[in-house]
Amino acid sequence: MNDIGIITTQQSKKKIYDRLMFWHFKHFKPALLLLPFAIIFILFQIAPMLWIFINSFIFDNAYSLENYREIFDSAFILQGFGNSLWIAFWSSLIGLGIAVVFVSSLRQVDSFMRDWVISFTNMASNFSGVPLAFAFIIILGFNGAITLLLKKYGFIDDFNLYGQWGLLVIYVYFQVPLATLLLYPAFDALHNDWQEASMLLGANRYHYWRYIALPILSPALFGTLIILIANAIGAYASVYALTSGNYNMISIRIASLVSGDMFLEPNLAAAISVLIVLILAFIALINQYLIARSYHDKG
Amino acid sequence: MIKANIIYHKCIVYSTIALLLIPILATFLYSISSSWGASILPDGLSLDWYGQLWQDPRFLAAFGRSLLICIAALLLSTLLIIPLIFVVFYYFPKLSGLMNVLILLPFAVPPVVSSVGLLQLYADSSLQIVGTPWILIGTYFTIALPFMYRATANSLEAINLRDLMDASHLLGASTVQAFLMIILPNIKKGLLASLFLSFSFLLGEFVFSNILVGTRYETLQIYLYHISKSSGHFTSALVMTYFLFVFLLTWLASHISRGTQS
Repeated sequence: MNDIGIITTQQSKKKIYDRLMFWHFKHFKPALLLLPFAIIFILFQIAPMLWIFINSFIFDNAYSLENYREIFDSAFILQGFGNSLWIAFWSSLIGLGIAVVFVSSLRQVDSFMRDWVISFTNMASNFSGVPLAFAFIIILGFNGAITLLLKKYGFIDDFNLYGQWGLLVIYVYFQVPLATLLLYPAFDALHNDWQEASMLLGANRYHYWRYIALPILSPALFGTLIILIANAIGAYASVYALTSGNYNMISIRIASLVSGDMFLEPNLAAAISVLIVLILAFIALINQYLIARSYHDKG
Repeated sequence: MIKANIIYHKCIVYSTIALLLIPILATFLYSISSSWGASILPDGLSLDWYGQLWQDPRFLAAFGRSLLICIAALLLSTLLIIPLIFVVFYYFPKLSGLMNVLILLPFAVPPVVSSVGLLQLYADSSLQIVGTPWILIGTYFTIALPFMYRATANSLEAINLRDLMDASHLLGASTVQAFLMIILPNIKKGLLASLFLSFSFLLGEFVFSNILVGTRYETLQIYLYHISKSSGHFTSALVMTYFLFVFLLTWLASHISRGTQS
């Protein structure tokens, strides 16, 4: 046993040595081709991340947790977090729900229409940010066509596009095309005959979705939900364009701390940024756990 | 029963499309109406707003700047990403795991977060690029990276890279020749589709250009933001023009990628 152990370690040592030689000499020139990419990627992606992380711990030129303490002491910043999380959560959930119904029906129509609709959805997913905010002012602003229409028939008294509910409508609007594009391939996993088979065995539509379709789709659903939430928490352009930065969202707080007109506190912005990335990482971890569990259930 | 089902599914698809179309159609209607006050439908129709738009030098300049930055950023991305992917796939396949993590970073760190670091790093350093188009070209590269990398990597995985390279080496081609004449044509479609797609959303990028550059180098979206405070009809003509470009770019992208499948 021991001999074999020694031989294998020797072999693996030789392998490692070979690999080192391989890296150092044989492919030196091709490795140089990686350099320009590495430089630009470090300059514009890695370095800013590192700066944020390090400086979030610096207060008055000394290492401390003061920036983080300031966040938790400031009701204003916490409100920004609260508003962002509320909108991110609900817009993602509603957007995902609409997309599931939409995609499951889209799967049943003929292929010509399907291709056409997917192209359109692709295009609609680009309708976001400033142009989207502007379009919503036209239809749902104080004198918007739909606001007036709904008011005329007495559905609503007034609609404030520039507050919580108006923003929720806009966020749902840009989440639906994204969710559709992300979910569409996942429905490959569902076979049409399964629904027929379950119907033959006496299941109704609810049973089919509850016990067959949704469990199979669950990894894709959770994964999509994460991307939607991340997308919503980071969203800045539409809310900025709509409210000129007057509605308190966390992305607006960050931007005003680094490029506003009043006092700039980049290190406080860095600490908020770190918290956002932590929240996203935390959600992703829950997602991993849920996916692992759903696979486990299936096995 | 099956027929009833099809009708139900078509209803769902049509109504979702209709909902998604409302803001786009409303903007279009606004852009071709002479005036539209506090009423449900516009008062009259005209194409004047488009005429005014295309004669506005500030719009033409902003549009030109946006096109210039996007093209420069995509050119840079192509020059950096194509050699990178080839080297990773052909010489260092072990690195592809690391690359899959790296290209997720632009997703994990939202632009508004990234811009905090960028602003502090490059505002007072020797590398004076804040407020110039250069910083946008660099950041747009990070936005396009995940899409271009994924699309190109997918097409490289679909071909037999090693066999193709060995065969061309046997026939006397150098590695560079083999790459340019054999591999590149094979990944061209995937690359082009991802380029058009990236172009379409880079044209709509607002966060980086607003925080890092602002009015010092006014791009299309910054111009749109400032002009939307004044004339609504003029702005909707601008939004529709922009949307037409996006439509064209996404159509080209899907057209090309459909060609790959068949």
